[in-house]
Amino acid sequence: MAYKIVASQCTSCSACEAECPNMAISEKGGTFVIDPAKCTECIGHFDTAQCVAVCPVDKTCIIDPSYPRYQA
Amino acid sequence: MESLTHQAGADGVDMDAIMQQMAEHKGCGTSGGSGKSSCGSSAGPSDMPAEIWEKVKNHPCYSEEAHHHFARMHVAVAPACNIQCNYCNRKYDCANESRPGVVSERLTPEQAAKKVVAVAATIPQMTVLGIAGPGDPLANPAKTFKTFELIAKTAPDIKLCLSTNGLALPEHIDTISKYNIDHVTITINMVDPEVGAKIYPWIFWDHKRIEGVEAARILSENQLRGLEMLTERGILCKVNSVMIPGVNDQHLVEVNKAVKSRGAFLHNIMPLISAPEHGTVFGLTGQRGPTAQELKALQDACEGEMNMMRHCRQCRADAVGLLGEDRSAEFTTDKIMDMEVNYDLESRKAYQAAVEQERVAKVEAKNEEMAALAGEESDVKVLVAVATKGNGLINEHFGHAKEFQIYELSTSGSKFVGHRRVDMYCQGGFGEEDTLGTVIRAINDCHAVFVAKIGGCPKNDLIKAGIEPVDEFAHEFIEKSAISWFKAYLEKVKSGEVSHVARGDAEIRQGALIAE
Ligand code: SF4
Ligand code: SF4
Ligand code: SF4
Repeated sequence: MAYKIVASQCTSCSACEAECPNMAISEKGGTFVIDPAKCTECIGHFDTAQCVAVCPVDKTCIIDPSYPRYQA
Repeated sequence: MESLTHQAGADGVDMDAIMQQMAEHKGCGTSGGSGKSSCGSSAGPSDMPAEIWEKVKNHPCYSEEAHHHFARMHVAVAPACNIQCNYCNRKYDCANESRPGVVSERLTPEQAAKKVVAVAATIPQMTVLGIAGPGDPLANPAKTFKTFELIAKTAPDIKLCLSTNGLALPEHIDTISKYNIDHVTITINMVDPEVGAKIYPWIFWDHKRIEGVEAARILSENQLRGLEMLTERGILCKVNSVMIPGVNDQHLVEVNKAVKSRGAFLHNIMPLISAPEHGTVFGLTGQRGPTAQELKALQDACEGEMNMMRHCRQCRADAVGLLGEDRSAEFTTDKIMDMEVNYDLESRKAYQAAVEQERVAKVEAKNEEMAALAGEESDVKVLVAVATKGNGLINEHFGHAKEFQIYELSTSGSKFVGHRRVDMYCQGGFGEEDTLGTVIRAINDCHAVFVAKIGGCPKNDLIKAGIEPVDEFAHEFIEKSAISWFKAYLEKVKSGEVSHVARGDAEIRQGALIAE
């Protein structure tokens, strides 16, 4: 699984973009999006998903169940 | 704001306790003399290191007198933040540093630098550039410092400043020092983590989200260490605190001590602005802001420095504002990016030298007029309002004034005591037709209002309200004119032509007081 950003909640603050260890996050059309191909759920880098920890709006960076679990 | 009455206790604001603490506070090492509290550094040259006073006395942000001649500008290049404050809704600008419910246009460093240089090339008064939010400049170090770097290259005479929550301050101290940042503002709302836990639900620190008392402890340590590091490097540092009744109001006296002893040269206490529609935690939980009286009592308790901040009208006097409504349309991002900017350092210097001369002339004019007042003896003290566009002149029409400057007049001269905003953006509830009523309520404690011009209708309404409209000093120096008017007023009182009556209180519009 990868993480995704709920566009309707995102304030476009860009905080997650700088924290992602995989450069998986970028701005698209005014809000931020996660590239599921690059997201490793932070496994191998940090104990917690950085985008979730830094995001000012709860439940905005969430697991996207349409992708299989990331394998380190 | 539900209750403007003085209700000690109900919300846990105990005024007596504040006054008590204030008394204790003033007791620490009073050296007597000026009548100011002397804990740590206060605003006078006597107890401030000479080199700091040199920097401050002509500083457009800190010297009330210089403030009338210069302007500053903010650019929003730093949207990310590394903490969460209960008074913040990140959809809007950082509540530490600007007006609630206002969104700044977000710019890239390149756009921001170009805009600053374009505005500065057009208006020579623009001398300070600040990065303050939305978000925390030091949580966006790459964007923040890139912006500074670009501006320093093209416009080396512009002073740079930033405002931060302080969490990442120690980490970036060397870069701040390298970029020659003129001054830093830290928002410090507590020095006790138990208090802090009620203000900050979490911080993002060392790749983890940390909550509660632990979060506040880390934040506080970094804020105070950052402040010490700035002081060591000789960088001016101002501390802002948001007064939150029942949460940190009494505690701010402690904060005041802690920051003064670490070398902050100024401590500015601002009221919490809180309403459910802001969507902040405090807004939603019904946490109220302080009343004007509560705020003043606390500010007085930390008196000394506060003198110097009375001119602060929260960056409303920004450079883009000086362009006027029509001209700021010329400075939209699109237009600026296509613009050829000719930044002429020499003509800016020439302008600033001319301002310097004007300031000297103004002071001389005031002194001359003061000489005429010498020998007068009277206890009469009055407030007057002045419509001005700046430069120390009475040069604004009554009807165009968005704010009035307030001066206190007595036989010891004229003293600037503050601004009254009358163009409140967030103060719904009055229609166009009541604008005059709003103005009158805002300056209701004044005996006269000095204007460059005024229409017949408002003139009559002012007279009815007991405020004398004065237009005979149009385009003259404010203080000289005010003193001269005051002298005539005293004579009229003496001869019995008018009898001096004290004026009532005025409505203080809280929105005007937030941030800077
Ligand atoms: S979970 Fe980690 S890797 Fe995935 S987008 Fe968020 S920060 Fe990047
Ligand atoms: S941190 Fe959250 S609100 Fe900010 S850009 Fe990322 S997803 Fe959006
Ligand atoms: S530091 Fe500023 S932007 Fe960050 S949460 Fe606090 S008020 Fe909001």
